[in-house]
Amino acid sequence: MELFTNQILAGIATGAIYACMALAVVMIYQAIDHLNFAQGEMAMFSTFISWQLMQWGIPYWGAFILTLAFSFAGGIAIERLLFKPLAKAPILTNVAGFIALFAIINSVAGLIWDFTIKQYPTPFGSHPFLGSQLISTHQAGMIGVTVLLLIALYFFFQFTRIGLAMRAAASVPESARLVGINTSWMIALGWGMAAAIGSIAGMLIAPVVFLEPNMMGGVLIYGFAAAVLGGLTSPFGAVIGGFLVGIFENLAGTYIPGVGNELKLPIALALIITVLVVKPAGLFGRPIVKRV
Amino acid sequence: MLSRQKLRIAAFSTAVIAFAATSGGALAQKKYDTGATDTEIKIGNIMPYSGPASAYGVIGKTEQAYFNKINAEGGINGRKINFISYDDGYSPPKAVEQARKLVESDEVLVVFNPLGTPSNSAIQKYLNAKKIPQLFVATGATKWNDPKNFPWTIGWQPSYQSEARIYAKYLMKEKPDGKIAVLYQNDDFGKDYLKGLKDGLGAKASMIVAEESYETSEPSIDNHIVKLKATGADVFFSVTTPKFAAQAIKKLAEIQWQPMHLVVNVSASVGGVIKPAGFENSQGILSAAYAKDGADSQWDNDPGMKKFFAFLEKYYPDGNKLDGSVVYGYGAAQTMAKVIEMCGDDLTRANVMKQAAGLKDFTPDTLLPGVRINTSEADFAPIDQLQMMRFKGEKWELFGDIISGEISN
Amino acid sequence: MSAVDEVVTEAPAVEAVPKRAMTLGYGTSLVMLALFLIVPLLVKNFIVFQLTMLLIYGLAVLALNILTGGSGQFSLGQSAFYAVGAYTSAILMEHAGVNYALTLPIAGVICFAFGFLFGQPALRLSGVYLALATFALATAMPQLLKLGYFEHWTGGVQGLVVTKPDAPFGLPMSQDMWLYYFTLAVTIAIYIFSVNLLRSRSGRAFMAIRDNEIAASAMGVDVALYKTLAFGVSAGITGVAGGLGAIAVQFVAPDSYTITLAISLFLGMVVGGVGWLPGSIVGSAFIIFVPNIAEGISKGLSGAVFGVLLFLVIFLVPHGARQVAIVAQQLVGKLKKN
Repeated sequence: MELFTNQILAGIATGAIYACMALAVVMIYQAIDHLNFAQGEMAMFSTFISWQLMQWGIPYWGAFILTLAFSFAGGIAIERLLFKPLAKAPILTNVAGFIALFAIINSVAGLIWDFTIKQYPTPFGSHPFLGSQLISTHQAGMIGVTVLLLIALYFFFQFTRIGLAMRAAASVPESARLVGINTSWMIALGWGMAAAIGSIAGMLIAPVVFLEPNMMGGVLIYGFAAAVLGGLTSPFGAVIGGFLVGIFENLAGTYIPGVGNELKLPIALALIITVLVVKPAGLFGRPIVKRV
Repeated sequence: MLSRQKLRIAAFSTAVIAFAATSGGALAQKKYDTGATDTEIKIGNIMPYSGPASAYGVIGKTEQAYFNKINAEGGINGRKINFISYDDGYSPPKAVEQARKLVESDEVLVVFNPLGTPSNSAIQKYLNAKKIPQLFVATGATKWNDPKNFPWTIGWQPSYQSEARIYAKYLMKEKPDGKIAVLYQNDDFGKDYLKGLKDGLGAKASMIVAEESYETSEPSIDNHIVKLKATGADVFFSVTTPKFAAQAIKKLAEIQWQPMHLVVNVSASVGGVIKPAGFENSQGILSAAYAKDGADSQWDNDPGMKKFFAFLEKYYPDGNKLDGSVVYGYGAAQTMAKVIEMCGDDLTRANVMKQAAGLKDFTPDTLLPGVRINTSEADFAPIDQLQMMRFKGEKWELFGDIISGEISN
Repeated sequence: MSAVDEVVTEAPAVEAVPKRAMTLGYGTSLVMLALFLIVPLLVKNFIVFQLTMLLIYGLAVLALNILTGGSGQFSLGQSAFYAVGAYTSAILMEHAGVNYALTLPIAGVICFAFGFLFGQPALRLSGVYLALATFALATAMPQLLKLGYFEHWTGGVQGLVVTKPDAPFGLPMSQDMWLYYFTLAVTIAIYIFSVNLLRSRSGRAFMAIRDNEIAASAMGVDVALYKTLAFGVSAGITGVAGGLGAIAVQFVAPDSYTITLAISLFLGMVVGGVGWLPGSIVGSAFIIFVPNIAEGISKGLSGAVFGVLLFLVIFLVPHGARQVAIVAQQLVGKLKKN
């Protein structure tokens, strides 16, 4: 029983990583209606920027704010320079563009900062949280930040003019334009926000997994899975999805005899697909209605 | 008449000169295979510059820099080294393509230090069939030491299995009642160590109470550590690559689990693992080494390492001395250069192989004092000595004898 | 967002390609064929090997093209089918001593069945969800191949070494040359089969589903059957390509068939032009040669150079090689008129 609770707690701790990334995934999906395969790499690059700033002697929170600004601007720049010209190209061509971006960022980061792992500081400390050795104060802080972000995003999309405009631009661009929304800039804004949220995710994840150019590879897979499980249209669902994936993966690894440990990722993914077969829009997503 | 005679003399003298030239060559026994000439030796190499294992790409870059240094200093026996290195992205099919390109298109003399067990397995048969030396492969699998079946393939670093046997010996002596928990990477690297440990423990293999594998695609291995702690083990054997080794060290400290902690040599780098994981979390960790560590201050005044640092400064300023791969590439390239030097003017592939199998007590600058490279016709495992060490303060403390982990099959 | 908001996003992911535009004219086909027959005689063995790989990856890209360009389903899991094909051939050759040529149809059939079964749950998924499901398959495959239970046959993490076949009937041909022509024959056969498949009743059903699933079902197309069939055919062809790949490379290992392969095949399809079958060979050339060019330009930044080149290609021709072919066709048409 102790092992069971421990694995659930450990699952929540890793789930926080996935939840954080899943939020960024949902953000970009809301803005451009796609998954961005380069999102993890963008987050990694931002995290390196903040690390570099700290190496130059800027305190944590200063670096944090600067990195947010850099990522926001960087996200917009990437959209304007690389993906706006592709706006009329087929969707699959855009996906190829994401893959190209992935390769570029990963390779450039490797060249600038090399591939040795780097220690990344945490503002929350890494002591046992509330007496439990399984969740550290950092992980608790991470969950806290994720929840804050979630609430902020909820209010942004639900109640601000710009948030509503952004949603409209992503899902019904023609009608949005008719009511006077600059859809093109809404997409750029979405990229900027997704990059900024991604950078927060990166800066929170780095103290756990260590900073290096390939740090987000695995995280992104889980982030996608979590976002899809929770429903790509729902930030709330994405966060819950993240925790569920974390917990389920641990339980599968611990309790399924024989292959459980070696195949925990495939088993977790298979479960997600099963959920999707039953609920195609994810646990908390809105069902999609097609018009003929 | 006169003119004809003159012509004859001229013809005769040219013939003499030509004869002298050829016989002169024969006297010095200049012999070449494809890839070697009077002025140049072509050495091929395959590295994962891109893809998931790109962290190891610096090995190739270091080797390139080392051969640049050799060329700047006049080459080996007057010949320059032309080092041709290709990217395989750690994919075996690509490695085959690149190996064929090196052999059939670039026409290299040897293929040196290709990286990765899967890639080397993929090209081994081809290179042996073509009788091209596959020299000093950059992997620690045991199978490279098989001169009978693969006379053209030779390893370099100590094999994973022999290293694991050293730990097994140590554990049986120091902790005969220990309960061992193993965390290993689910690939050839992890499985080789596991096998070595089991073989080394022999009848005492039941000391292993838990084996847990992880995939490199996992972001964090925390949950495996939690599980292993629950088994009540008091020895933790970490068969991990640097990132995961550092995560494990940190997690152990966080959950206050203090078993005897063994880390494999791949992840014993001070700069690449211990420092990021935190010195305070790493006290008392055990490992074994065959090379010096660029980040370890105890070697700062070591003559060999001074040469290494000077090389970095002049020929590879981008190189990170904290990165174990840089030290590795330097040592491997130096071994290669030594073999070419020993070949003299007989630069046939057969002779290269013969010289590679005839290294006697060779010590590259970066190896630990007392560790020597020895090979023979029947022994294709150049480095097979290691020394145990314990982490204390901010550096490794070597202890015990230099141990040979030779596997008697 | 109300339910209506989501309507427009459900436009087909792949634009309609009229079926005549999916192939080459007779003249061009003959020129291509002649090139493929003659070029290997003039080049080094190493290039012959590269050309063999070009054909093999071309087949795998073609298979994905049938699935995506034909039936509008998206897959990031082709590496899994490729792996199953490769291991089937390797295991049959090395453990059961089956002739290499015979292992290919077996690999094809096994992969067809595998793909058909996988197509069943995939029926309920589309777009991003299908992408995730196939992606899951691709990440799971290397782990499955490593499993201890199969190690006796698969060789586990160490993989299996495969023996390269000699030319039959004592033909005076190197192994590489023979394997090239053998692969060429298989490729041509599969290409002709694919072209005819897409022209057939089934092909029209695929395309109807691609363009509008609901309309297709209203017309009486058995959507479920044809969608799973498309998966099966695509997997089967990929399996044959995998088998050929195992023979050409002489080695199979879990590390050969990671998600990187699936992504490469996807890029090959985009660069070649989605839905244009001859483009598969162009796409295949891209994924084999462009990384080599990239590392030639810069070792340290080979990934970045590759990314930049890929961007250049999709900026210049967002519809892939198909676009180039169409422009060329129009030019030729104009010249003829003059």
